[in-house]
Amino acid sequence: MNAIVFSAIWGVVMMFTGLFVKNNRIVRLTAIAGLALLLLLNILDMRGMHLFDVDVNGMLSFETFGLVFNSIAFSCTLIYFILSGRDIEQVGLHVAEYFALHFFVLCGVSIVSSFNTLLMLFLGIEIISIPLYILTGSDKRNLKSNEASLKYFLMGSFSTGLMLMGIALIYGAKGSFVMEAIALGSSDLTPMLSAGLLLLLFSMAFKVSAAPFHFWTPDVYDGAPTVFTSFMATIVKAAAFIAFLRLFEGCFGDMQPQWQLPVAIITAATLLIGNITAVFQQSVKRMLAYSSIAQAGFMMLALVSLNGRAKEGLVFYAAAYSLATIGVFAVLIKMKDYTFEGFNGLGKREPVLAATNTVFLLSLAGIPATAGFMAKFYMLSATIANGHVFWLVLLAIGCAAISVYYYFRVIQAMYFKEGEEEHAIATTPVFKALLVVVAVLLIVLGLFPQWLIDNLYNPGF
Amino acid sequence: MIPVLLILVPLVSGLFTFFIKRDSVAKWWTLLTSLAVLVISLAGLTLFNEASSLQTNVEWLPVLGSRFQVSLDGMGQLLCLLTAIAFPVILGATYHASYPKARSFYALMLLSQAGLMGVFVAMDALLFYFFWELALIPAYFLCSIWGGEKRIAVTFKFFIYTFIGSLLMLIGIIYIYYRTPDLSFAIDSFYKVRLSLNEQSWLFWAFFIAFAIKMPLFPFHTWQPDTYEQAPTATTMVLSGVMVKMGVFGILRWLAPVLPEGFWSWGDAAAFLCMFGMIYASILAIQQDDLKRLVAYSSIAHMGLMCLAIFSTTDTGLQGVMIQMFSHGINIIGLWIVVEIIERRFHTRKISELGGLAQKAPALAIMLVTVALANVALPLTNAFIGEFLMFTGVFTSNVSQYNYIYTAVAGISIILSAVYTLNMIQKVFYGNTNTLTATATDLRFNEKLVLIILVGLILVFGVYPQPMLELTQSTVGELLKRMVTKHP
Repeated sequence: MNAIVFSAIWGVVMMFTGLFVKNNRIVRLTAIAGLALLLLLNILDMRGMHLFDVDVNGMLSFETFGLVFNSIAFSCTLIYFILSGRDIEQVGLHVAEYFALHFFVLCGVSIVSSFNTLLMLFLGIEIISIPLYILTGSDKRNLKSNEASLKYFLMGSFSTGLMLMGIALIYGAKGSFVMEAIALGSSDLTPMLSAGLLLLLFSMAFKVSAAPFHFWTPDVYDGAPTVFTSFMATIVKAAAFIAFLRLFEGCFGDMQPQWQLPVAIITAATLLIGNITAVFQQSVKRMLAYSSIAQAGFMMLALVSLNGRAKEGLVFYAAAYSLATIGVFAVLIKMKDYTFEGFNGLGKREPVLAATNTVFLLSLAGIPATAGFMAKFYMLSATIANGHVFWLVLLAIGCAAISVYYYFRVIQAMYFKEGEEEHAIATTPVFKALLVVVAVLLIVLGLFPQWLIDNLYNPGF
Repeated sequence: MIPVLLILVPLVSGLFTFFIKRDSVAKWWTLLTSLAVLVISLAGLTLFNEASSLQTNVEWLPVLGSRFQVSLDGMGQLLCLLTAIAFPVILGATYHASYPKARSFYALMLLSQAGLMGVFVAMDALLFYFFWELALIPAYFLCSIWGGEKRIAVTFKFFIYTFIGSLLMLIGIIYIYYRTPDLSFAIDSFYKVRLSLNEQSWLFWAFFIAFAIKMPLFPFHTWQPDTYEQAPTATTMVLSGVMVKMGVFGILRWLAPVLPEGFWSWGDAAAFLCMFGMIYASILAIQQDDLKRLVAYSSIAHMGLMCLAIFSTTDTGLQGVMIQMFSHGINIIGLWIVVEIIERRFHTRKISELGGLAQKAPALAIMLVTVALANVALPLTNAFIGEFLMFTGVFTSNVSQYNYIYTAVAGISIILSAVYTLNMIQKVFYGNTNTLTATATDLRFNEKLVLIILVGLILVFGVYPQPMLELTQSTVGELLKRMVTKHP
């Protein structure tokens, strides 16, 4: 509860900061301080100190699982603010508002990680989506940004409509919005229930950009200002996955055998389309958009298998993927040229940036000793333990091999190709130091994943 | 403690090497580290060879049931010794080679050594997988940064190939893990798993393809000649001398004892692949004009023979494989050193452009001839012992009804290997000198030193292989207890 209330309050505070403070640096520092406080409050919540005691009528329930995910999301956002805060200032004039919108998104994130009724799920998803529509279009003079925003808004509203329709049908079939009530009763799929389930599946698949509902992703990620893409592709996407898992486990866990195949097919399509299309991209930013689809395919494996290991794994995957992607984007923003050639010779010009970026990319590709490997390991392991969809495991490793191709293209450009001497990239020591910290964190998590996963069982370390 | 040191010393020293400012210091530092590793490895063989100092078992991933469990058995000792000998020899032989960004080069070399050591000592499947991949990453960077003209594409092919193989193996590992009684990745738990023949069959291929790509066996070999040709020679030596042994080692440690029935039932199919590959690679080797490619194909043929001998499932055969893993490592590094010397002197690797070197460089000629004869497995050389044992093993095998065919074909491949090796010696070293080779000079001190060491090893183990046989005897015995040794 701490997180939901405080993030909303701080969002408002940020908006007023915009009115009264003209110095961007102070605005940025306020945002960072607020986020640090938010993270602290959430950790206190995990250790049993609830600052706000609100009667929610059982519509929300705060379990360790959701709270640990909140901590991950807030930590990643904190890293993202410190790494890319200056770039947020570059986007436009309304700096404080951009930060405020981020806080509202985080409010939505904390709702979807703890919802107990479908109404709260809907509310949380909407609170996440609406600020994102604005952030996507925040580069007002850029036609692509406007197009992306409009596209995202239209498609997003449509999928929200589908979700409402699904919720209504499920309410019709089961007579309740509460997840426990929906899970009760026979596990037969009546036509009304299955229609509702499918509509919910489609709308959630849209939110996590799973194929064939992924078409908005590359355009929106490409059109949005790069800093915001970084936020959308990581924290928001991970939150949508947590909601996805919570929803399907809570409402339809017992009927899993009946919806496993459609979900498996969506997963397979996502893996294939994401990975194969990423191979053909010329721009690193677009490649990362498709890579986020491909990674979503891997996270979908948690939904397909739906066991203990899958839940642990999804939280771990969210952390590993978010950290690595935020890192790659932070480096990408500093580049003038977003094509693969733009990275040529970076290893010589900026050794720290190149070395840390290599760790991020290796992690995304799932090479052992990085968090990305452990994340993929958990997903594969969960799917093998499930035992019903073995073909999907084979497909997944095929796709993992394909993904090496496009991630390594960046590494090849940085180290093995000569670039023309350009002027140095402007970075601060804090930026570089934090990149190194993130890279080290990825390696440490890759070697000792239990440091994160143990939190799911013994909160508050 | 010894196995941990074998991993940690090159790992830590390698990471440190990235930050050494001067390249010449980095070179010396790396050479010293590799000598230190050799000392540790020898200490493990002689002074500290009681069980307590040869194993370490500490908590690593309790949530997954994986432990940091490393230990050295006879086979591990032998391959760690090979790795430990190989690196100082390689560094010594290429002492005068100069690399741009040399400190990164040496750092990556040490990291790859750490990965290799890890593979040979790991007794936990997940740990094994970790090191299996970690040995690959430095090799990828070494080949891609310091390799020849087509290095990027070629190395990438190599990487993707091995990565796909590893992922298949990973699936196999996870699958077996879920069948272990105590949900553990430890090798002892893996030995306890009882799987149906059907499961064992597909798991066999999941593991076998991973190992076959590494060795490489026909038809998974296409990455190898290109990579050997494009990689910087020091890396090629690591790849062909030590890294390909990972494949053979993997079969012996993780495949044959864990999936005995699958191993037995697909043994003939795999043996046919080995057999076909041996002949195919030998014929290709005969036609090569490029020295590096010739050695590369000859390596495929030899690895095929080793793999074939594993499938014989006999005591002599497996002993032969053990010895041959070591001997082949020594011999092929020797061949690469000679090739490297020739390339550096004359800037060509074309056999047709060379000739008459023996007149100008007699010491080089003597060394090459010894190494080359070892490659053909002439008596008194180390390879003879290994190949003789392997032949006997294949011939007396009880698991297959085709063992006569295998022996005959393996014999033909040895004849073919004599054809290409002697042909190479004749064209490069004898005959008349031409304009290119007229000004040739003989060996430098460091080259002479490493070649003498290698030739010494070849002759000593060719005459007196007993220590090696004793070292690996217990491993072979343990292995055979877990394998299907008779045709039912």
